[in-house]
Amino acid sequence: MDLTVGPNPFFWSVEAVRDFYACLARAPVARVVLGELVCSKRLPFWQDEIPGAIETLRAAGKEVALSTLALITLPRERRLTRDLIEMGLPVEVNDLTALRFIPDGMPFWVGPLVNVYNEGTLDWLADRGARRICLPPELPMGAVEILAEAGRQRGVAVEVWGHGRVPLAISGRCYHARLHDRAKDNCQFVCGEDPDGRPVETLDGQAFLTVNGVQTLSQSVASAARQLGLLRAAGVASLRLSPQSAYFSDICEAYAGALGGGAAGLESRLAATTGGAALSDGFLAGEAGVDWSGG
Amino acid sequence: MMELVCPAGTPAALRTAVDAGAHAVYCGFADATNARNFPGLNFNRDEMAAGIRYAHARGAKVLVAINTFPQAGNQGLWHAALADAEAAGADAVILADLGLLARAAECHPGLRRHLSVQAAAANADAINFYAETFGVKRVVLPRVLTVAEITAINRAIEVETEAFVFGGLCVMAEGRCSLSSYATGRSPNMNGVCSPASHVVYAQERGETVARLGGFTIHRTPAGGPAPYPTLCKGCFTSGAQTGHIFEDPVSLDATQLIPQLARAGVTALKIEGRQRSRAYVAEVVRSFRAAVEAEAAGRPMPESALRRLTEGQAATTGAYAKTWR
Repeated sequence: MDLTVGPNPFFWSVEAVRDFYACLARAPVARVVLGELVCSKRLPFWQDEIPGAIETLRAAGKEVALSTLALITLPRERRLTRDLIEMGLPVEVNDLTALRFIPDGMPFWVGPLVNVYNEGTLDWLADRGARRICLPPELPMGAVEILAEAGRQRGVAVEVWGHGRVPLAISGRCYHARLHDRAKDNCQFVCGEDPDGRPVETLDGQAFLTVNGVQTLSQSVASAARQLGLLRAAGVASLRLSPQSAYFSDICEAYAGALGGGAAGLESRLAATTGGAALSDGFLAGEAGVDWSGG
Repeated sequence: MMELVCPAGTPAALRTAVDAGAHAVYCGFADATNARNFPGLNFNRDEMAAGIRYAHARGAKVLVAINTFPQAGNQGLWHAALADAEAAGADAVILADLGLLARAAECHPGLRRHLSVQAAAANADAINFYAETFGVKRVVLPRVLTVAEITAINRAIEVETEAFVFGGLCVMAEGRCSLSSYATGRSPNMNGVCSPASHVVYAQERGETVARLGGFTIHRTPAGGPAPYPTLCKGCFTSGAQTGHIFEDPVSLDATQLIPQLARAGVTALKIEGRQRSRAYVAEVVRSFRAAVEAEAAGRPMPESALRRLTEGQAATTGAYAKTWR
């Protein structure tokens, strides 16, 4: 089992993006998916960083893929998707629209925002050219085990959400803009003020969700730290780590160490990287997604 | 005339909707295969066959929703639903899962396939992908699109589109939302439920009615007043200095006045949400919308909506159809 870093869901400055991928080149991860996942309006601000990041990561021996947007609606976004497929790198599909443009026989990856809940869908995607599939974070361990086996039979590497705030929903409406009483078309890029999203609490002060533009994430940081043995035994090929603005190198090193046999202390190392947010693993191991098996 | 597609949570509601003027009724089997898997709702196999006979005898169609995502290791339940819908004489099945679409196209080629809103096909390329790959004949449009976007989509596709005009309003892309399972462990995609009543607790605290879902406070309202159902995305929350309905107010969709625009946008069918609703509700909504589509076909103005009192929390919105909603 190795480590895959997913696309950054947040809106960061050009400098922050550059530093992040420069650091990541030195991190013990096997592959990196990058590109704008959440909002096409953000892309012009940082797209010039992408070629350099790809070059740096590949020079460091990482496998690199480009992510599609999570929700493709506008003509400009459809063109963007078409262009992405022509760039010559593997594409991670996070909206099935991309399949209209991926020629038969061209291999592709499938991201966690595509609904792969069962063997029938995995088989269909494998026939269509899928080579890696990161399962939806919502799936329980029982389903992961079945799908990892189905993937093994089909030669598809199955990946599981390993660490990071969980993507829970995507909308046509921008909640960041709404919180600032602005329309989406006049958002003035306020999501950039919150490099790890904007926390949402209940009226009783319970930590609950995180708003990130049109995306809603958990406020807890999901972690498969307590399921590494089960995931490995199930034949899961890779753990997905989702970017955050601080301590990300520590997170990569903690998991790499644990996969290399030094699992002791992993939870406490990770707890120091969440900025005070709780850890959760309820989707894999509990009742509700927010639950944490570590008590 | 635009086709009016109406909800039926029970055999009695199906007959009510047909009698009230529904051109088509949609319903599901009583298990996890459909996205309104609530206790006491839906159809067993005999009820489905009888319901279809009742509708066909009166010139109405029945569309069977098999629109959750089959559970790994248990796909047989969904495959049986496909076969049983065809055997019962369904006019179409409404599907969302790629694997299930492939299965239907291969094993039930004569059974008409509609793409569920749970598949969230939000642009012409996605719709053409489903049409070309699986022979889908109609797509239920996700509630993230404006009327202008729907117009553009219909110019670029060959298949029919169906648009929601009334009832509950998802503010997230449907079929891609795990908010409910994050809080309760029960999700639309896997269990066919959202914000399930089994996980709702009401409490009286400090003169307020508190509604919690999976232990998370969704609303606090003055005791004695109306307390909206704690649907997660319609809750009142705090972020920084702001407190309010961060995702959406407790409103429901009423697009009656947009029916002429939707007709001009090339929409074939209008869909009413609410398989969990009572027969009286279904009868009133169906009659009202039948009058509206007849008025539209005759070029008359839309009737003033008589449905205000039926909408959740007494407030209605036209949702994403108006660009300002975003």
